[in-house]
Amino acid sequence: MNDLATYNFAYLDEQTKRMIRRAILKAIAIPGYQVPFASREMPMPYGWGTGGVQVTASILGPDDVLKVIDQGADDTTNAVSIRAFFQKVANVAVTTKTKEATIIQTRHRIPEEPLRESQTLVYQVPIPEPLRFLEPRETETRKMHALEEYGLMHVKLYEDIARNGHIATTYAYPVKVEGRYVMDPSPTPKFDNPKMHRSEALQLFGAGREKRIYAVPPYTQVVSLDFEDHPFEIQKFDRPCALCCAENVYLDEVVLDDRGGRMFVCSDTDHCEDRRCAGHAGPMLAIEEAAE
Amino acid sequence: MTAQSQIYAGGFADPEFEAQTVFRTLMDCFARPGTIGRLTALATPPSPLGMATGAVALTLCDHDTPVWLSPALVKSAAPNWIAFHTGGPVIELKDEARFAFVERDGAVPGFDQFALGTAEYPDRSTTLVVEVEALTGGRPFIGRGPGIKDEVVIAPKGLPDLFLDLWAANRALFPRGIDLVLTAEESVLCLPRTTRLSIKG
Ligand SMILES: [Zn+2]
Repeated sequence: MNDLATYNFAYLDEQTKRMIRRAILKAIAIPGYQVPFASREMPMPYGWGTGGVQVTASILGPDDVLKVIDQGADDTTNAVSIRAFFQKVANVAVTTKTKEATIIQTRHRIPEEPLRESQTLVYQVPIPEPLRFLEPRETETRKMHALEEYGLMHVKLYEDIARNGHIATTYAYPVKVEGRYVMDPSPTPKFDNPKMHRSEALQLFGAGREKRIYAVPPYTQVVSLDFEDHPFEIQKFDRPCALCCAENVYLDEVVLDDRGGRMFVCSDTDHCEDRRCAGHAGPMLAIEEAAE
Repeated sequence: MTAQSQIYAGGFADPEFEAQTVFRTLMDCFARPGTIGRLTALATPPSPLGMATGAVALTLCDHDTPVWLSPALVKSAAPNWIAFHTGGPVIELKDEARFAFVERDGAVPGFDQFALGTAEYPDRSTTLVVEVEALTGGRPFIGRGPGIKDEVVIAPKGLPDLFLDLWAANRALFPRGIDLVLTAEESVLCLPRTTRLSIKG
């Protein structure tokens, strides 16, 4: 039996795709604004990126090359199952190479390699509303966005400073898009916020459970909220990647043994591999290779 | 062709894949205002509805999207063609339309007569699809805004005389406002409400 015949290309029915496509076009026209859409049940649980999956399914064509990352890696369970899903329902080409991908679906990270005009980055978003923890009622947060009432958001960040001496928020750090809407960049580490600013690629955000789609068009201003006396700063790592020697990249801690040995390596596995292929070698590379 | 067979003909041969390619061109063109996108799938709707305009309708309209048609289109076979191929209800009230279509050389109503969305839901606005003589060769405008690296020059031919004023008034409503798709022959040029236009000096 041919499984592909039992559902539409990319799983979603045509009416659902049309509805999501219309929402995407409006989202692009109003950068950072959350467009409501009628999210569909997907054959995977919420929290597995059903919003991102629906966005990808609605834009994907047979000529696309898809990359899926969770944290920075292509080989984690979430990334592997989403990639397998699209291989099955759309028979689409997949890659782990950032350079080769036309669509990149991500759960956390933005690839280190700067994205290009021909690429679209699709984010899986759990909580799209940056004001939700300040105001649980949707009617009220809608009003706050309509009136640009973002004072409470600044108060929350300032409380952080009062308590910690700095802004403690490191993930889902709020941004202002094109000087208008405050937007939640999903659980992306704030390290990646500057990559959103005037990116060459179109960025689309899908929240399945919360039924929202939003977008940042290419070359759009994305500014992390901050204060004059406490400017926005990204995380700094005090050492380069142990495998490829990359600096100014986001590092993950890897535990090496049960005696407290550990190393810090690129969270973006493709970037790390690319650099190693190009001959960059960190102090732990020989040890890693010997172990393999 | 008889009037009746005109209505049933001219849709996509392969709706699933053709709608996808047309959508991707529209998405790219809305994400990069001023870019002229050549559609790789076209419709052959009854005159005076154009090929690209028809393809946009087939790609985005359905029974959830009330459609407004210009007076000339209402008199043609277009209402029946759109109803048959998309299921989109053709309505008379511009401010309730999700999509509105104007044929080449047709009078373009003031943008503020269409649905502009609300402060809370600015997405509930009309997407206006206007066929023009050509997407190049007209009076040049400079476009700036999201999706545009520095600036882009556009020069559609056959726009209403007051276009720049109409567009500036629409831009001033942001985040409310209409979004515009210009079509000519096989191509589209999209202007989301964010694009600021000025005369090229
Ligand atoms: Zn590395």
